[in-house]
Amino acid sequence: MMNPHTPTLSSPHHLDFATSLTQWEYAPAPESVRPEIAERYGLFINGQFVEPQGSDRARSASEEPAYFPSINPATESTICEVAQGSAADVDAAVQAAREAFPAWAALPAKERGKYLYRIARRIQERARELAVLETIDGGKPIRESRDIDIPLAAAHFFYHAGWADKLRFAFPGSRAGETPAPLGVCGQIIPWNFPLLMAAWKLAPALACGNTCVLKPAETTPLTVLRLAEICQEVGLPKGVVNIVTGDGRTGEALVNHPDVNKIAFTGSTAVGKKIATTAAGTGKRLTLELGGKSPNIIFEDASLDQAVEGIIEGIYFNQGHVCCAGSRLFVQESVLDETIAKLKVRMASLRVGDPLDKNTDIGAINSRTQLNTIKHYIDEGRAEGAELHESTTSVLPDAGYWCRPSFFTGVQPSHTIAREEIFGPVLAVLSFRTPEEAITRANNTPYGLAAGVWTDKGSKIFEVASKLKAGIVWLNTFNKFDPTSPFGGFKESGFGREGGLHGLRGYVRC
Amino acid sequence: MTNRLPIIKTHKLFIGGKFPRTESGRSVKITDAAGNTIAHTCHGSRKDLRNAVEAAAKAQPGWASATAYLRGQILYRLAEMMEGKRRELRAAVELQEGIEAQRHQGSKSEVDASIDRVIHYAGWTDKYPQVLGCANPVAGPYHNFTTPEPVGVVGIVCPDDAPLLALVSLVAPVVCAGNSCIVLASETNPIPACILAEAIATSDMPAGVINILTGFRDELTPHFANHREIAAIHAAGVTAEQRKTLDLGAAENLKRVTVRDAIDWFDDNTCESPNWIEPFVEYKTIWHPSSA
Repeated sequence: MMNPHTPTLSSPHHLDFATSLTQWEYAPAPESVRPEIAERYGLFINGQFVEPQGSDRARSASEEPAYFPSINPATESTICEVAQGSAADVDAAVQAAREAFPAWAALPAKERGKYLYRIARRIQERARELAVLETIDGGKPIRESRDIDIPLAAAHFFYHAGWADKLRFAFPGSRAGETPAPLGVCGQIIPWNFPLLMAAWKLAPALACGNTCVLKPAETTPLTVLRLAEICQEVGLPKGVVNIVTGDGRTGEALVNHPDVNKIAFTGSTAVGKKIATTAAGTGKRLTLELGGKSPNIIFEDASLDQAVEGIIEGIYFNQGHVCCAGSRLFVQESVLDETIAKLKVRMASLRVGDPLDKNTDIGAINSRTQLNTIKHYIDEGRAEGAELHESTTSVLPDAGYWCRPSFFTGVQPSHTIAREEIFGPVLAVLSFRTPEEAITRANNTPYGLAAGVWTDKGSKIFEVASKLKAGIVWLNTFNKFDPTSPFGGFKESGFGREGGLHGLRGYVRC
Repeated sequence: MTNRLPIIKTHKLFIGGKFPRTESGRSVKITDAAGNTIAHTCHGSRKDLRNAVEAAAKAQPGWASATAYLRGQILYRLAEMMEGKRRELRAAVELQEGIEAQRHQGSKSEVDASIDRVIHYAGWTDKYPQVLGCANPVAGPYHNFTTPEPVGVVGIVCPDDAPLLALVSLVAPVVCAGNSCIVLASETNPIPACILAEAIATSDMPAGVINILTGFRDELTPHFANHREIAAIHAAGVTAEQRKTLDLGAAENLKRVTVRDAIDWFDDNTCESPNWIEPFVEYKTIWHPSSA
């Protein structure tokens, strides 16, 4: 996903190969498709787009507006307006889901599966439109939304479609003919880093198992999920099976608090995850939480260093570093530290920051001003605590929009804030180690346990280290790979439950 | 001729393979249905729990890295030691009359059912990873597989019914997967748990893998919930309020909390299943490129 691209030579003098790669200029290669976007979007409840409640009633001046703008983070311009779902809207959505549940759960499983196959197909057919929309709404490079987010979202629906009529074979102890029962109404809250993909991760297994859903997309990235609501209409999905309620944290809170929700699935920060766990305590609501991370990426001296450097780049700069499993703590064996840093500098300098709709862009816009401020705060903190910042200055940043150059810190102590806390941006903390034992101990010395990477060409060593890392996903000689068949989720304070694969189904059935 | 004065035993805690008294210095009098004093047990405290967690945390990595074959043999050995203490355990289980009817099902006594349950889980140690794990056919040139790993230190809160069988049913699936645990025994009759501790101590179970406290659920449940080194909870017989307290532990450090409701402890179909092991494992998914 971060492969170097053949540069387009814009004028003959660039044929001087003595010039470094990074000085070459690329001709702009903007994506030409412009998806139709309405001025304003309502909520998707009971199979229809509806106005948020209260917007057509008399509202006192102190009340919040019923719509809020969705901003393009690359231009800071308003794309459209989106409804702010209230507690009453959430209630209507939960009611619709509750009413739809018995019939949906009772539908012959094969038929249920066929709806999911249809959704998968429509995502594939509308892939380009969805990719462009994802990039406009969230700021991620078109290359990533086109090659990763949208195809994987379709793949998730396709994979889970096939499970619908095979659930009785999924878990030990199920007797032939006995299908594990669905839970009921699922409240699902997703983040802004992979909007459509996260919706697919949540909806596909829930629906395949016979549940109905109320999904709340993130405040800054609701548009592709609303388009998915259109797709649900297109494929004739029974009304109320999927409901989409847009809004900010208050909308999510209303969903978590709703007494008629049987299960909460949340992806987001550990702080909010703990708050949700507090709210759900004693209610009997089922919970799966995919939370934060500070994942180690460990480079041994006997690794293929060039490949490892590609892995470091993929690990931390993919999707602007807005990745819960980002390889944000780099541990390099001391003997190859200088060489790795030198290679990393060169490779980082080749990354192009800029217009997310340009097909040559590697790093797009930071998702929101709030997130940009958070990242800047951490960069300041890193410097203040004495670490040394190395920043790529290759790209000329646009005037408008939220941008952050890729960077890494050296001279990082394990106690530094940037080595402990999730930054969720293109900022890497580089640390070193001497022995495998030291690498393992330091890698595990975190409350998080989402992912880890290990790079060495020695097979026995790689499996020994992999077995000792406390992480839900361990990438060996690779990083940031995802697949619908592969369970995703963390140890410790990175949450509980898995999403994807056979193990992801457990979160949506009684077994 | 005078009757011999019986020795009234004071049962101690079982922490890190040793039998310490509670650091709180408190004890509880255990009486039979007629009100006669049979024994004393320790009134365990928060400090005892913390000591037990420390012992469990120390023992857990070694237990987890023991081969599955060895863990299975050690659990089998525990069943052998229980068999040797069968009569003593049986007397302890039947100490308090009145709820005796619950202590038998058909011809199988609670003690026999407990021993058989340990045998059942002894056989799971080298099988549950095959049943719960899998290879994942990802769309790309990668080897990808998911394996269950122990979650770590588990807190176990026992109900009052079936003081031996419920304990064994809650502990065996946890321990067979390579976890260590701290057990809070039945409040009304903790004596079978104390005798079980003696069986554990003389089996080959490494010190600290199973730690047993006696005391009161109301007092200790919040400390189980709040302890940050306890990674998961397996409980039964708790009140709605205690359950909420345990759930709030999930908000503390994302504990995995499993509470069993209305369990028929004699029912093998309920209590003997890899689905009872499953809440106490973490799934690790490993990717590796597959190319020449």
